[in-house]
Amino acid sequence: MYPSRFRYEAPQSIAEAIGLLAGGGDVAKVLAGGQSLVPLMKLRFATPELIVDINNLPGLSYHRADPDGTLRIGALCRHAELERSALLASTQPTMAAAAPLIADPIVRNRGTLVGSLCHADPQGDWASVVLSLGGSVVAQGPAGRRSIPMTDFVTGPFQNVLAPDEIAVEAVIPPAQGVRSGGYLKLERRVGDFATVGVAVSVESSGDIVRRAGIALTGVGGSTIAATEAAAALTGQPLTADSITTAAELAAAAARPRTDHRGSAEYKRHMVATFVERILSRCGTEPAERAA
Amino acid sequence: MVYADRGDETAEQVPLRRIKFTVNGEKKIAEVEPRLLLAHLIRQGLRLTGTHTGCDTTNCGACTVLVDGQAVKSCTMLAVQADGHEIQTVEGLATASELHPLQEGFKEEHGLQCGFCTPGMMMAAKALLDRNPDPTEEDVRWALSGNLCRCTGYQNIVKSVLWAAEKLRAQAG
Amino acid sequence: MSQAVDEIKIGGIGASRKRVEDNRFIRGKGNYTDDIVLPGMLHMEILRSPLAHARIKSIDASKAWDIPGVHLVLTGEMMATRNLAWMPTLSYDTQAVLATDKVRFQGQEVACVIADDPYIAKDACEAIVVDYEPLPVIVNPVQAVAEGAPVIRDDKENQPDNVIYDWEVGDRDGTDRAFASADLVSRLELHYPRSHPSPIECCGSIADFNRATSKLTVYMTTQAPHIIRAAVAMVAELPEHMIRIISPDIGGGFGNKVPVYPGYVCSILASILLERPVKWIEDKSGNLISTGFARDVYLKGELALRRDGKILAVRMHTDADHGAFFSDAQPSKFKIGLMHSAFAAYDIPVAHLTARGTYSNKAPGGVAYRCSFRVTEAMFFQERMMQAAADDLGMDQAAFRRMNFVPDEAFPHRTPFGFLTDSGQYAKCLDVGLTAIDYENFRQQQAEAHSRGRLLGLGISTMTEPLGAGNSREYDILGIKMFDSAELKVHMTGKAIVRTGARTQGQGHETTWAQIVAHELGIPAEDVVVEEGDTDTAPFGMGTYASRSTPVAGAAVAMVSRKIRAKARKLAAHLLEVSEEDIEWELGRFYIRSAPDRGVTIQECAVAAYANMPDGMEPGLDATAYYDPPNLTWPFAVYIVTVEVDPETGVWDVLNMVAVDDCGVRINPMIVEGQIMGGLTEAYAMSNMQFITFDADGNCVGANYMDYLLPTAWETPGFELHSEVVTPCPHHPIGAKGIGECAAVGGPAAFVNAVLDAIKGTGVRNIDMPLLPDRVWEAVTYRRDVSGAPPVRSDD
Repeated sequence: MYPSRFRYEAPQSIAEAIGLLAGGGDVAKVLAGGQSLVPLMKLRFATPELIVDINNLPGLSYHRADPDGTLRIGALCRHAELERSALLASTQPTMAAAAPLIADPIVRNRGTLVGSLCHADPQGDWASVVLSLGGSVVAQGPAGRRSIPMTDFVTGPFQNVLAPDEIAVEAVIPPAQGVRSGGYLKLERRVGDFATVGVAVSVESSGDIVRRAGIALTGVGGSTIAATEAAAALTGQPLTADSITTAAELAAAAARPRTDHRGSAEYKRHMVATFVERILSRCGTEPAERAA
Repeated sequence: MVYADRGDETAEQVPLRRIKFTVNGEKKIAEVEPRLLLAHLIRQGLRLTGTHTGCDTTNCGACTVLVDGQAVKSCTMLAVQADGHEIQTVEGLATASELHPLQEGFKEEHGLQCGFCTPGMMMAAKALLDRNPDPTEEDVRWALSGNLCRCTGYQNIVKSVLWAAEKLRAQAG
Repeated sequence: MSQAVDEIKIGGIGASRKRVEDNRFIRGKGNYTDDIVLPGMLHMEILRSPLAHARIKSIDASKAWDIPGVHLVLTGEMMATRNLAWMPTLSYDTQAVLATDKVRFQGQEVACVIADDPYIAKDACEAIVVDYEPLPVIVNPVQAVAEGAPVIRDDKENQPDNVIYDWEVGDRDGTDRAFASADLVSRLELHYPRSHPSPIECCGSIADFNRATSKLTVYMTTQAPHIIRAAVAMVAELPEHMIRIISPDIGGGFGNKVPVYPGYVCSILASILLERPVKWIEDKSGNLISTGFARDVYLKGELALRRDGKILAVRMHTDADHGAFFSDAQPSKFKIGLMHSAFAAYDIPVAHLTARGTYSNKAPGGVAYRCSFRVTEAMFFQERMMQAAADDLGMDQAAFRRMNFVPDEAFPHRTPFGFLTDSGQYAKCLDVGLTAIDYENFRQQQAEAHSRGRLLGLGISTMTEPLGAGNSREYDILGIKMFDSAELKVHMTGKAIVRTGARTQGQGHETTWAQIVAHELGIPAEDVVVEEGDTDTAPFGMGTYASRSTPVAGAAVAMVSRKIRAKARKLAAHLLEVSEEDIEWELGRFYIRSAPDRGVTIQECAVAAYANMPDGMEPGLDATAYYDPPNLTWPFAVYIVTVEVDPETGVWDVLNMVAVDDCGVRINPMIVEGQIMGGLTEAYAMSNMQFITFDADGNCVGANYMDYLLPTAWETPGFELHSEVVTPCPHHPIGAKGIGECAAVGGPAAFVNAVLDAIKGTGVRNIDMPLLPDRVWEAVTYRRDVSGAPPVRSDD
């Protein structure tokens, strides 16, 4: 309930923030929403010596679409804004389905999507969503900006590829190759629970041919899993009952769940397949619903 | 409210920070350790004990306050982060002469028993009604799904919030 | 012409009076233990064991002492020099305050630090170095009695193994004969998993020893302040009159705040040593991992049946896992609580129950969480066995129960386990419930849906329970009889204050006791202040738990009001200048029988008690009553739930939940309904998601709110409550029965029965709670029972 001692800085610019991190070495942590970091600090699972609070950095709260359809989400864009976003509701079905399922409504007021990606919790929902959409993270450091594909961003549970003096400033979702459909289903035993199983599916079609698909899995491995074979099995053809079943089976095979008090590995694999099928079956029809 | 420096080396390396904020419309200045949680600033520093702490994993919501009008779990925010912001607690709901319709509603509809989750519930409900003056029962249950109650079974809490929503709409004319 | 006051208008019995306590709670002006600040107060944090069973080789607290702001570090060794390392429990066992020789459960208290603020106290706890030598771990009753099992309580003399008690009740031979003659025997094995009451407010205390006056005052989250005072007097060897226990507002109890916890004792000793107030407020992890849990009982149950569905006998064996110390607060005569209240609503001639309790490397407890002393287990086992038996017989669930109910005309009825039930209209309650759930229609819908691959189910559960412990012949805790009390002082202007030995934690006593006074005396409820919880001022009582307050303390309020009325009658006679025999009473007023217009109000009598009393009468108008109930009260309920189960995912949703509660006279219908809904939500929680479990090393899963799942407003279903059936208690002064726990007692089986009914086609007879999606899916997919709590298992 009581964090250990740390030094605290609240920079007013990105340059200042980067400078502080460069000086702080690897005992510094960036604080954005704090809804993952502060709980860890209260239990003393995390004991950073320096906290760099980026909440005062200007111009990072946005989420917007570029003219070409690229979606950009700033580091201080809160889950709640994404949950209420008309832009997401009309253009990003996978994201719109996931946003209401992050934690609980109050936590969503503070927590950020970019922060969630950086936290790299294997049971974090956004990582699967961004993976399935082929997204990337833009990091800024002393040497400037670089774009890191989501597939390379997470290196293990709670580990990302950022250098100690880099800050993630933006998440980027590339434009769709066609019409977007998809969804996110999460098996949570109650609101606020971590996912027993979460599945993000994104499909981009022109006509009825699938141009690009992405399937990513939450909570069924040491980190978020990109079910690339399953997605590939959908591409270049229309969605059919057969292709859906194949994708579901491949996604289940890609999962590496552990048997624990949330269920057996077999059950979790089964749920992966079930969720893939349910999301794909509804693609092109009505939007995915709020809860599993 | 100052946490006195005790000549302890580690404490010396962590200077107190001066923060300015408003609470229930009143301006405040405080000097706090960075690690002090906002919930503790409110309860111990400001002696506003209506905001409660009930868990250590950011689940129960008994500590919910409004920060710039948004519902926030004050146990998961550092006090230093309140610098420059407006906080509203349950003590700021009523005016000098009148209860807030939410407070009336909770009493009318038996929305509380032990009362421990109640301030957090009301603040979360206020944030909902500020944004959505005509919620459905489903909207209310969804908005309160970050606040736990062990006594009531939620049904009367939902009725309390809907009672308040109706009164607020009537007052708005 | 009656000039009686309107009882509902003055907030008497039956009025849904708005709650008095709300006025402060809605303003955030409650006075909970953590809200209290005393001058010079210090803060205490506890260091807990990470291991479930281990010898303590050494404790090095030197670095903790060095941290600025630390005033005291207590270890078991230091406690032992003051004879305080161990304390007696409420079940005649002993419990470690701070571990000395070894730790016996994960989370056990090992040391504590008292510092200027809790942040520093926590820093200091982290600086304490403990060297443990792990020992083999026992996590269930089978392991506890296995060959070669380590003896957990090697601190006790005459404890060669891990068995705490073997107990039995009923007629073994008669039961065996009945089974031998049965057409069919229905068997069921169940585990009622470990759960935790988990009120939102954790436990805590502020101990304040005043050296100048030698008086110890302890503010404490306790449901039973007088029991605590007695316990502290024993443990701390302070004289009883120099101990004051104050129970301020409590943020939920549910039985979690009855036992005496090591944290309280440590805060008391620290205050005595430091001569300053010491505050200890535990965190949620500490609360879940170490304080009084609930349930964790295994059942082997059998029903002997006649082919037409008549139950001939019941046989039960229970194994209760008590954790490392036997510390339950329960009537001392009954080792497994009131487990033998099972089947009290059914007319069964003979029964036999055997019960065994064992130690394990888990926190102590078992009796808690709206359990009415294990009636939750009794009724859950009962209704699960009834469901299985009906299925085994091929009978309709409702019809099977109905034909076995004790009929209305059979009261008073002696159950085969020896209880005396005195009132009820069981069949009528069932009728109301079946009508409300539209039973026939549902069964049709269920069949149609099934043909289309959708699984709907309906579950019935009934319960009756002995509430209001209890009469002095049979009920005591540590030898103290379980009466309760009320003191009523009527002031000169007819306002009053009533104090009782109960302690509300949300049940609304400040509102309801005043309603009883209004009922008895015609004094408006708003003119009556209610106080509880301060042992210096409250009359002696055994506290509030096990739904005993309305039956016992409430009865005492009625009785003391009648004493007042008896004296007021004399005053009235004096004022009206007639003899007492000529006086009649109507609500709020005495009048002359032959001249009804001539009367005096109760308020006028109050004035007279101070200003115009007859010669020889003691002035004043107050009295105390201690109530020793002649019997327990027996509310009855029927709970019916309908669900839909998704066989692909195992997720189930509640379609409807109907509750028919007959708790006799309802003092405040609004508050009664609140209690029922609270109990139903806990029933839903236990059936759906709540559990605490342990892995083979004794690591606890469920020691924080990420793992111990409480439903939110989103998952929790709506409830349809029925109050049509009212069977007053024949012996209670106002005809009321207990109600606080009924829904938690009877509710869980309704949910479980409904899910099992939905998947009946698979042949699955049992899924142990919680019915989490993966467990339901396993049952449906493999067509097999799922037993035990969720295991903490892994593939590798």
